[in-house]
Amino acid sequence: MKVKVLSRNPDDYVRETKLDIQRVPRNYDPTLHPFEVSREYTRALNATKLDRVFAKPFLASLDGHRDGVNCMAKHTTSLSTLLSGSCDGEVRVWNLSKRECGRTLQAHEGFVRGMVVRFCGTSFFTVGDDKTIKQWKMETPGYGEEEEPLNTILGKTVFTGLDHHRKDAVFATCGQQVDIWDEQRSSPIRSFTWGVDSFSSVSFNPVETELLASCASDRSIVLYDMRESAPLKKVIMTMRSNTLCWNPMEAYYFTSSNEDYNLYTYDMRYLDRPITVHMDHVSAVLDVDYSPTGKEFVSASFDKTVRIFPKDGGHSREVYHTKRMQHVICVKWSADNKYILSGSDEMNIRLWKANASEKLGVLAPRERESRNYSQKLKEKFQHHPQIRRITHHRHLPKNVYHQSKELRIMKEARRRKERNVRKHSKPGTVPVVSEKAKHVVTVVK
Amino acid sequence: MAVPGEASVDESHVGENKTPPGRYWKEKQEEGKDGQQTEQTLQQKKKKKQKAKKRKQKEDQRDGKKFISGKSDPFPGPAPIPEDRVQKFKRKDKIKKPPHQHYKLRDVIARSEEASEMAQKQAARFDLLLPEDAGFLEGDEDEDTCTISQEDIAGAVDITSGAKYFNLKLPQFGPYRLDYSKTGRHLLLGGRRGHVSCIDWQSKQLMCEINVMESVNDVKWLHSETMYAVAQKKWLYIYDSNGIELHCIRKFNDVLRMQFLPYHFLLATASATSFLQYLDVSVGKEVAAICTKTGRLDVMCQNPHNAIIHLGHHNGTVTLWSPNQKEALVKMLCHQGGVRSVTVDKTGTYMVTSGMDKKLKVFDIRTFKPLKSYFLPAGASSLSLSQRGLLSAATGDIVQVYRDVWSTPVTKPYMAHRVRGTAWGLHFCPFEDVLGVGHGEGFTSMLVPGAGEPNFDGLDANPYRSAKQRQEWEVKALLEKIQPELISLDPSELGRVDHATFEQRHQDRVQALGFDPLAKEKFVPKYKKKGRSSAGNVEKRKKQVAHEDQRDVIRKTVEDKMKMEKEKKQREKKAAVLSNQRSALDRFKK
Repeated sequence: MKVKVLSRNPDDYVRETKLDIQRVPRNYDPTLHPFEVSREYTRALNATKLDRVFAKPFLASLDGHRDGVNCMAKHTTSLSTLLSGSCDGEVRVWNLSKRECGRTLQAHEGFVRGMVVRFCGTSFFTVGDDKTIKQWKMETPGYGEEEEPLNTILGKTVFTGLDHHRKDAVFATCGQQVDIWDEQRSSPIRSFTWGVDSFSSVSFNPVETELLASCASDRSIVLYDMRESAPLKKVIMTMRSNTLCWNPMEAYYFTSSNEDYNLYTYDMRYLDRPITVHMDHVSAVLDVDYSPTGKEFVSASFDKTVRIFPKDGGHSREVYHTKRMQHVICVKWSADNKYILSGSDEMNIRLWKANASEKLGVLAPRERESRNYSQKLKEKFQHHPQIRRITHHRHLPKNVYHQSKELRIMKEARRRKERNVRKHSKPGTVPVVSEKAKHVVTVVK
Repeated sequence: MAVPGEASVDESHVGENKTPPGRYWKEKQEEGKDGQQTEQTLQQKKKKKQKAKKRKQKEDQRDGKKFISGKSDPFPGPAPIPEDRVQKFKRKDKIKKPPHQHYKLRDVIARSEEASEMAQKQAARFDLLLPEDAGFLEGDEDEDTCTISQEDIAGAVDITSGAKYFNLKLPQFGPYRLDYSKTGRHLLLGGRRGHVSCIDWQSKQLMCEINVMESVNDVKWLHSETMYAVAQKKWLYIYDSNGIELHCIRKFNDVLRMQFLPYHFLLATASATSFLQYLDVSVGKEVAAICTKTGRLDVMCQNPHNAIIHLGHHNGTVTLWSPNQKEALVKMLCHQGGVRSVTVDKTGTYMVTSGMDKKLKVFDIRTFKPLKSYFLPAGASSLSLSQRGLLSAATGDIVQVYRDVWSTPVTKPYMAHRVRGTAWGLHFCPFEDVLGVGHGEGFTSMLVPGAGEPNFDGLDANPYRSAKQRQEWEVKALLEKIQPELISLDPSELGRVDHATFEQRHQDRVQALGFDPLAKEKFVPKYKKKGRSSAGNVEKRKKQVAHEDQRDVIRKTVEDKMKMEKEKKQREKKAAVLSNQRSALDRFKK
C-alpha cells in the first residue's frame, strides 16, 4: 500500500515571530475563485462610488486682485509660480505652494490683455489697453528699487493677445493685425493681415515652432508661417472663436473655444471639418488650455463653470463650479498635470484638482497599486448602466441645469423638423449634414 | 530570411582563435570593438522570437560567446510552460479582430489580449511553484484500495495526519448533521435531539457545546467561524461561536435544510412547508421567499459555481432556483421515485443525484444531459463531492468513496468504511483529505487521500489565518458582496457584450436621427475627367463594385457551407467509430 495524505507544516504558512508580516500563500486557480466577473463588477461599482465620495476638487482661492482677472500665465520653469493680470492693469505673481501673492505691480493703465513668460523663465511680457508691450524681470526688485519694466514698446493700436516663441527671442502680438516682434527691436519684423478684422488671440505651435494660429473677429481661425510673408490658410466658422490652444503632444491638433457654446478640435492639415465638436457648455466658451499630456483639456465659460474634456470625446468628463465663482475668463492646466487654475470675474483665482477624487501627496506602493487596479476595473466596466450612471452624475447649478435641458429640447426640435422636411421632400434633396460639418462655413487658402 | 545560426558560425573569429579563458574586462573590450559580436547578439535576439522547434535545430550550430566558459546555454530563452497549465488559466477565446476602419478598437483589443496572455502565462508559471501535492492511495498488486481499512491508513501516515482519523462517541443525541467552515478548520455538529457543538477539529478543541432543547434539523456555518445557523423545530436561530443565541428568525419556520452562499452572504433555507427562502446575513433581511409548491423540501444543495440552489423532490425531479425568479429555472426528471440526495461539483459542470430507485446518476448541468447511471444495491442516502472530485455516498452505515464517476464507468469504490450507526450527514473537509460522517452514534472523521485541494489561496480561504487576518478578510468580503440580482445560470454573463440592448439602442437612435449612422454608404462613383465619366463608364464602375460585394457574400456563404459539411463529416465519422464498437446485445444478433 502506498499512501500520501495532505499534511501541511504550519511553519510554512504561519509567520515565525510577531515582527514578521503574515504569510499569504496564493493559488490563482480559477476554480478556487468563482464569480470572477460579478466580484470584479462589485469592486468596480464600489470604486466608482468611492470616487464620487472623495470628489473634492476645490483646493484654494487666491484673492487679492481688485478687479476681474483677465489673463494668466504659467511659469515655464517653476511649477509653483503663476502670473495673473487683472482688468485694472495690475499684475500679480503668486506662489502656489504657499498660496499667497509674492509681488504686485501696476503694469498698465486699463486692462492687462495678454501675458506670457519667456521660455527661459527670467522675464515676462505683458500687453495692455494702453497700447504698450512691456517686458518685466521675473525677480522681485530689491529693497529701494522701483518696479520698472525692462523694456517698453509703444504700439500704434491696442493689443489684445500675446505669445512667445518657444526657442527664439521672438514674440507675436495680435490686435488689428498679427505682428511678429524681435525682442531687440521696437518695430515688428512682420505683420499679417487678411481683410479688415481684429484678432482676439494668437498662439505659437509648440513643436513646429515657426507656425502660429490666431482667432479673428470675422469668425475665422487663421494659420501663419512666421517665415512667410502671407498667412497660410483660414477656416471661417458660423460663430467667432475666442481663444485657441495647441495640443502639446500631437501639435497638429488645436482646440478653439467658440461663442456658440462649443469647442472645436481641428487638424491643422484638414481644416474643412473639425475632428471633434465638444459640447456641454451652455454659454460662450472663453478660454481653453491643454493638459501637458495632451489627452485632455480644460475650458472656461461665461456660464460660470469650468469643464474638462477628453481630447477625442464630445462631452465633458467633469464640471467644476462654486456658488461664488462668476464668469470664468481664463483657465490654465498646471505643468505637472495635477491642478487647474481658473481666473474669474469676481477677482479670484481658484485652484482645482485635475482629477477630482485624487489623493494628493506621496502614495505608498500598495496604495498606488490598489488605485491602479480600481482604475482599470472602472475602465473595464465603464459601460455598465449602473456604473455609467454614477460616474456621469454631477450636481449642476440651477441655471446651468435648466439651460442645458432647454438646449437639448431645442436641438431635438430642430432635428425633428429637419427629419420631417426630409420625409416630405424628394429623396436626396435634403442631405444629412453632420454636426461636424454644420459649423464650418468655408476654408480659404 | 538569412539563417542567423549559420552566419554566426562562419563569421565567428573568437572560436577559431582559441583564446585562453576570457576575463570579464577583456570580454567587454572585445564586445565594444567588433561589430560582429554585436551583430551576433542581435541575431540571437531575433532568434528568440523564432519558434522553439527551430531553436532546437540550430542549437548545436550556435556557440554562445557570451559565456566565459565557452559553453552554450543548453536551455535558451524563457522556460517552456506545459500547454495544459496555460489552458487551465484560459478565460476566453480570442476575439475576431474588427475591420481596419475601427483602428482604435483594434488597438484596444490587441492590447488587452496581449495583457491577458501575459497574465495567463505568469499564472501558469506560478502554478509550477505551488508547494503542496495532492494525496493519493495506491494498493499493492491484487489489492483493492477499498479493502484498506482506516486504521491501516492512519497507521501508515504521519502522526498529525493519523490523528485526523477519529471517532466521537455521541450516542445520546444523534443522528448528527455536520458542516465544515469554509477554511476547513472548524466543525459544526448538530444532533437530531438538540445537541449542537462546534469544534476546532484539528486541535480537538471544543469551542462551544449547547443543547437547544428542541429537535435540530440542520446546522450551517455562516461566512466565518464566529457565527452559525441552526434550523430548529420551529424557527431558524443564529448562534455565535460561544453558543450565545444572537437571533431567532421567525420569518423562517420549519426549516429542514440550509445552504450558505459565501460570496453573496445569503443563507438559503428549504422548509417543510415547501418554501425556499433567502436570508441576507450581512444586513439581516429576507431577500426572497419562493413557494415551490412541491411539498416537503428535504433535499438541497448549491452549485458553488453559479450560486443556484438545487432542490430534490419526491416525484423524482430536481429543480434549479435563483432568488430572482418565482418559478424554477430548470426542472429535470432524474429518478423514478423520490430524489434522496443531490450534489454538484466545484466547477459547476456535474451534478450527482441518488434516488429511491437505488440509482446514482451523473448529469452534465451545462447541457442538462445524463452522463452515467450506476445501480447501488442499497441506494445512497446522502452524497457529497470533494474539491478534487471524489464522490462519497452513504448507504446505510457504510460510507463509500468513488473516484472519476463522470469520466470512466466505475465498478468498484475507491474506499469504503463502516460507521457505527446509520450515516446522516456527509461532508468533505475543504483543503484536507478528510471526510466527516455524522451518524447515529456520533461523528467519524475519515481519511480519504486525494480528496482535498492541496494549495489554498491565502486571500480567499486561509486555514492558518490569524484573528486579525480574518477580520480584514471579513471587511473585504463584505465590501465585495455580490448582489443577489446577479445570480444567474451563467455567472460570466455580466462580462459579455449585451447585444440585445445595443440593438435596441441602435434602433432608438435610428428613430431619433431619421437615418442609420452605421449603415453602409452607397457607392457614388467619383467624377473623372477626359470623358471617363460617361454614363456607360459610370455604370460599369458601379457594376464592378456591386460585383465585388456579391463576391464577398458568395465567399462567405461558401465558407459557411464548407464548415457545416466538415462538421457533418466529423459527426458521421464519430458515429461510425461508435457503431463499430461491439455492444453487449450484439451476441443476440444472427
